[in-house]
Amino acid sequence: MAHYRLKAPLTDEDIAQLYVGDTVTLDGIIFGVRDANLIRLFDKKVDLPEDLKPQLAGAIALHTAPGVRKLEDGTYEKVSIGTTTSYRMDRFTRGLMEDYGVRVIVGKGGLLEEGSQALVDLKGCYFTILGGSAALETTQVEAIEDIWWEDLMPEAIWKFRVKDFGPLIVSIDSHGNNKYKDVKKVARKNLDEILSEI
Amino acid sequence: MAIADYVAGYKHAWEVDENFYQDVEEACKTLYIESLKDLPPDVRRALERAHEKEQLESGKEILATLIKTVSTADDEKLLICQDTGIPVYFVKVGNQVRFDGLRLEKAIKKGTERATLEHPLRSSIVNTLTRENHGTSTGEQVPVIHYEFVEGNDIEILIVPKGSGSENMSYLKMLTPAEGIEGIKKYVLECVFESGANPCPPTIVGIGLGGSADKCAALAKKAAAREVGSPNPDPDVRQLEEELYTAINKMGIGAHGLGGNTTALAVQIEAADTHMTCNPVAVNMMCWPARRMRATFKSQSKPEITY
Repeated sequence: MAHYRLKAPLTDEDIAQLYVGDTVTLDGIIFGVRDANLIRLFDKKVDLPEDLKPQLAGAIALHTAPGVRKLEDGTYEKVSIGTTTSYRMDRFTRGLMEDYGVRVIVGKGGLLEEGSQALVDLKGCYFTILGGSAALETTQVEAIEDIWWEDLMPEAIWKFRVKDFGPLIVSIDSHGNNKYKDVKKVARKNLDEILSEI
Repeated sequence: MAIADYVAGYKHAWEVDENFYQDVEEACKTLYIESLKDLPPDVRRALERAHEKEQLESGKEILATLIKTVSTADDEKLLICQDTGIPVYFVKVGNQVRFDGLRLEKAIKKGTERATLEHPLRSSIVNTLTRENHGTSTGEQVPVIHYEFVEGNDIEILIVPKGSGSENMSYLKMLTPAEGIEGIKKYVLECVFESGANPCPPTIVGIGLGGSADKCAALAKKAAAREVGSPNPDPDVRQLEEELYTAINKMGIGAHGLGGNTTALAVQIEAADTHMTCNPVAVNMMCWPARRMRATFKSQSKPEITY
């Protein structure tokens, strides 16, 4: 289990070297996405803003809707930036990767079968960031650089510049390993034993 | 109580004055903001204990990061979690207090809105069908307000900003009497397994037993909002709390669902009696940042703010 310091966007080599259990500290740009904006994009089939599209090639997507303060010049200042539960956005994983080039999802709770398979097929990764730890995460966000679909506030699409972002735990890798699945498998076995004694 | 006693008691009742509703509004603003930043001491202690006891090295590191999050929130005056939750209030009303209930509810709602706009906080409350976000953390029947009436001269308002990661992991089942206590145990354990990493473990597993379906769900929430280390006074219920706590932490889901022996910080049960054909059980999980804060109003004085 190794620790890597990576700079976003990530290369094929960056991703291929990562295995479940490794940890990552990240610098660079990440994009905040979640329920409302992904529903608009994939279910309501509203095209992404043209200036955003090319930026998503090789990008890291974070499952989030931040707390922010709007400044007089129209930009946003961070109040609290943390991570939401990923399973709700699972079915958008393949689309984000295949159609827009996103390579890494940062979230909490892991992905379901469909999203996990997309990561394997399209050589991506899922990094766990600890849920409920927004206080820490907020200090690692240097700036909110841009926002799209502001009308969905706070579920807009966000561009964050991060520094020393983490600890991130590689919990689903591009080689087909999945920490959440492994834990659940052991837990099922333990639970069956417990149930048999009740 | 004899009618004469009741009337005598009524004479001693605290009839709130005009300032009370403004005080409630101010207190609810404070409660919402501060509860999001300052984790109660019992939860801090439970996290420390879990960190000491955790056997798995990676689990220990995760718990250390959670503890670091709490101290970062303290030092930097930051919200522990960005999810400001669905604001839930538990109002405990002393039977000697007289007030206008509608005005009380308005004051609670206004305080919640002011916290959201003035801090500002992320508003997480939307219309369920249109998904429109009102931007105020309030809406139709939100905040959720529960009432309980007790003997006394005080009004206590407890806020529990309930994060959705854990709220979405809520369960209710009407078991049969034949399924008994065994059925209750099995169901709770299956719920904790099913929820896995999603509710931000280590959680407080709140369990409601008995009542009607709606009562049972409310009891589960009340149980999840209890202080860690406040076992149910009923010895049978307490025994069930202890058994389930041990079983849940044997499962190996661990902190954030990544393995280890820290899946629950506590298992807490609230129980009501039920219909002879019913055996209802509800589960409501509280994420590791088990946020809560209370204001206690006594006659003629400003509220006391505690956890």
